[in-house]
Amino acid sequence: MTEQLSRRRLFGVAGAGAAAVGVGAAAGVLADRSLDADPVANASESAAQVPFHGAHQAGIVTPAQDRMHFVALDVTTTSREELVDLLKAWTTAAERMTRGLEAVDKGAVGGVREAAPKDTGEALDLPASALTLTIGFGPSLFDERFGLADKKPEALTDLPLFPGDQLDPARTGGDICLQACANDPQVAVHAIRNLVRIGFGKIAVRWSQLGFGRTSSTTRAQATPRNLFGFKDGTRNIKAEERGELDKHVWVARSDGQDWLAGGTYLVARRIRMHIEIWDRTTLLEQEQIVGRDKGEGAPLGQLKEFDEPDLNVLGEGGLPVIGDLAHIRLASKESLGGVRIMRRGYNFIDGSDGLGHLDAGLFFIGFMRDAHKQFVPMQRALAANDEMMEYIEHTGSGLFAVPPGVAEGRHWGAGLLT
Amino acid sequence: MISTPVRVAVAGIGLATMAALAACGTQTPEEEKGGGAIAVNASDDACKVARASADAGTITFEVTNKGSRVTEFYLYAEGDRIMGEVENVTPGLTRRLIVEVSEAGEYQTACKPGMQGEGIRSAFKVTGQADKQVDTDTKLADATKSYQRWVNSQTGALQTKTEEFVNAVKGKKVDEAKKLFPVARIYWERIEPVAESFGDIDPKIDNREDGVEPGQKFTGFHRLEKDLWVTGLQADSAAIADQLLVDVKDLVNRAKTLELTPLQLANGAKELLDEVATGKITGEEDRYSHTDLWDFRSNVDGSQAAVAALRPVIQERNPGLLTTLDAKFEAVDKVLEKHQVGDGYKLYTQLTKADIKEMSDAVDALGEPVSQVSEVVAGQ
Repeated sequence: MTEQLSRRRLFGVAGAGAAAVGVGAAAGVLADRSLDADPVANASESAAQVPFHGAHQAGIVTPAQDRMHFVALDVTTTSREELVDLLKAWTTAAERMTRGLEAVDKGAVGGVREAAPKDTGEALDLPASALTLTIGFGPSLFDERFGLADKKPEALTDLPLFPGDQLDPARTGGDICLQACANDPQVAVHAIRNLVRIGFGKIAVRWSQLGFGRTSSTTRAQATPRNLFGFKDGTRNIKAEERGELDKHVWVARSDGQDWLAGGTYLVARRIRMHIEIWDRTTLLEQEQIVGRDKGEGAPLGQLKEFDEPDLNVLGEGGLPVIGDLAHIRLASKESLGGVRIMRRGYNFIDGSDGLGHLDAGLFFIGFMRDAHKQFVPMQRALAANDEMMEYIEHTGSGLFAVPPGVAEGRHWGAGLLT
Repeated sequence: MISTPVRVAVAGIGLATMAALAACGTQTPEEEKGGGAIAVNASDDACKVARASADAGTITFEVTNKGSRVTEFYLYAEGDRIMGEVENVTPGLTRRLIVEVSEAGEYQTACKPGMQGEGIRSAFKVTGQADKQVDTDTKLADATKSYQRWVNSQTGALQTKTEEFVNAVKGKKVDEAKKLFPVARIYWERIEPVAESFGDIDPKIDNREDGVEPGQKFTGFHRLEKDLWVTGLQADSAAIADQLLVDVKDLVNRAKTLELTPLQLANGAKELLDEVATGKITGEEDRYSHTDLWDFRSNVDGSQAAVAALRPVIQERNPGLLTTLDAKFEAVDKVLEKHQVGDGYKLYTQLTKADIKEMSDAVDALGEPVSQVSEVVAGQ
């Protein structure tokens, strides 16, 4: 048993790209706790704990962990009181699990033997693994059921349909979302499984998504990961260190309208299916032109290094732009979008194969922003209409959620909205 | 919505219950106070109970079916806890239900023409004898006894209905056999965990084709289901049918001596919902006939019966859980009602994905609180 766990830990750590953190680090939960003061530096380590409480929810600017389990829920109870009780129960369990504890004290073992265990147990012996749990509220939660209509932020209206969208209703929408990120997939899955279980009878799972590798870095210390097209992704992402940019592009301000959401943000989720096999038959030259970066280093075309700023005005042979007019990074750049930026925190996914011999794979896009209609919508409009990459991808699921601010000690998730 | 008598003896369903009656009767029904048997006149749209009250003690109902549909008669306590029931009252038949009710209070009678739904209800008052204080151990013992009696009433009906089904198969009456198939299975599905406790019987009666192990023969309900719906009756269909009845009779006999613990009851309630979640909601159970919703209804009935038997204990130890259980059972009932057609249900193939998701959500919502019953019963 111990041996198995150790091996799995090794895989988890190797996946994190943190080679320096050996198996021994797993034993160092206590040692790591002493490093809590600087969670940003340690979140990639398997034993790290990310504080649950704070001004903003964790899991947004937290250094992107390697694994994700995301779930969208329908609220089935019509009782506001039951919903508030659920938020309280969730908060308690979530806070415990982010400390590497069971959802309930003695939940997995050590309780009543004649009772079904209150914690499902698959995370026993595993460290906190930098688990973060983040909640968001969808537009549909603000209908007549819970008397929240007047609390609905103006910006929390459903996203428009974009050209080329193939949205599956069974992968779209939801009253509530829960995002679990961790450096061990089992820790993330355990968290969602237990939160859903606590909610049965009050909520029902609408859809869920597992992500196995991060496709963005959210701090400067992290290396830029690659997506399933083989390209570095998220080089120009907003980083946790850019406090001013976060205030400008990510955190909702009091002046934006709804007080309960101040310090919160919006989460846009898009399940982007990639037609992997087709992409793989595309020449390197074309791949790089579609993306606008070179594949090895990740440098913008016409530059040398990954973090060199792209220059959209450089022309090459024949007077044509080096970064093409329809290249992905041009269309998505702040320069083309009037300064708009978002914080991306997406994950690669593979849901097996599609029955036709092709991978059902892609990128589960998660973006955090201050107003999706002013940030994601213009960006996606530009991409959906022109991006040459659209030939290789398809948006199959979508969700927009208002993410409330962080939880103060003794309070619960969404306390500013629902008490 | 079927089941569980507390201190009840159901007459007319089989030898098992007659024996139970003899064993538990301290008074003979004719000597009871309050004027003898209460006549119940059941028709397709009415349920006339001759008197609306009785003294506490042994109460006898005589149920006559004057309608055209098979009916059932129930006496319910609060929360639809079944004090007693008599099933399979065919048109023209009179059956007797003898119930021992020790607590004064408000009860309800119900006839269920077509054996479906809430039934035609009337208030029924029990007066006189003061509430008896019963300690928890006694309540637990009562729970298992009453559940066992209920199981025997179900196995009796199972035998009767299986016999009808078997005769139709043997008579090569395919259409009639197809109608009887889901009806006979009602009584099977209600008590499936009991049958499963006799490990050898369950595969003989209820194996699915993919569950047949090397060296085993594909027999039982599902083999006949395949014959009736897919391949047509085979040379050995009659022999398979005969064997099914033999196996069912074996189950009926063995169930008589069954001894269950309260924990087994609680776990049985949970297992029946597991059956729904893994077998019925997926349409796997009745893959040829697609009559899965009959089985679904019956599994839920069985689960509710076990919970109802334990009701006094749950009420004492965790009344909040009882409130949740009542609400979630009702929610499942409501979802299933949507798909009722006459005395039966839509076929699984007539359901949309959204219908199935709705059922799945309702069963999930019920499954969690039902899984907490064992803890309550264990007294922790």
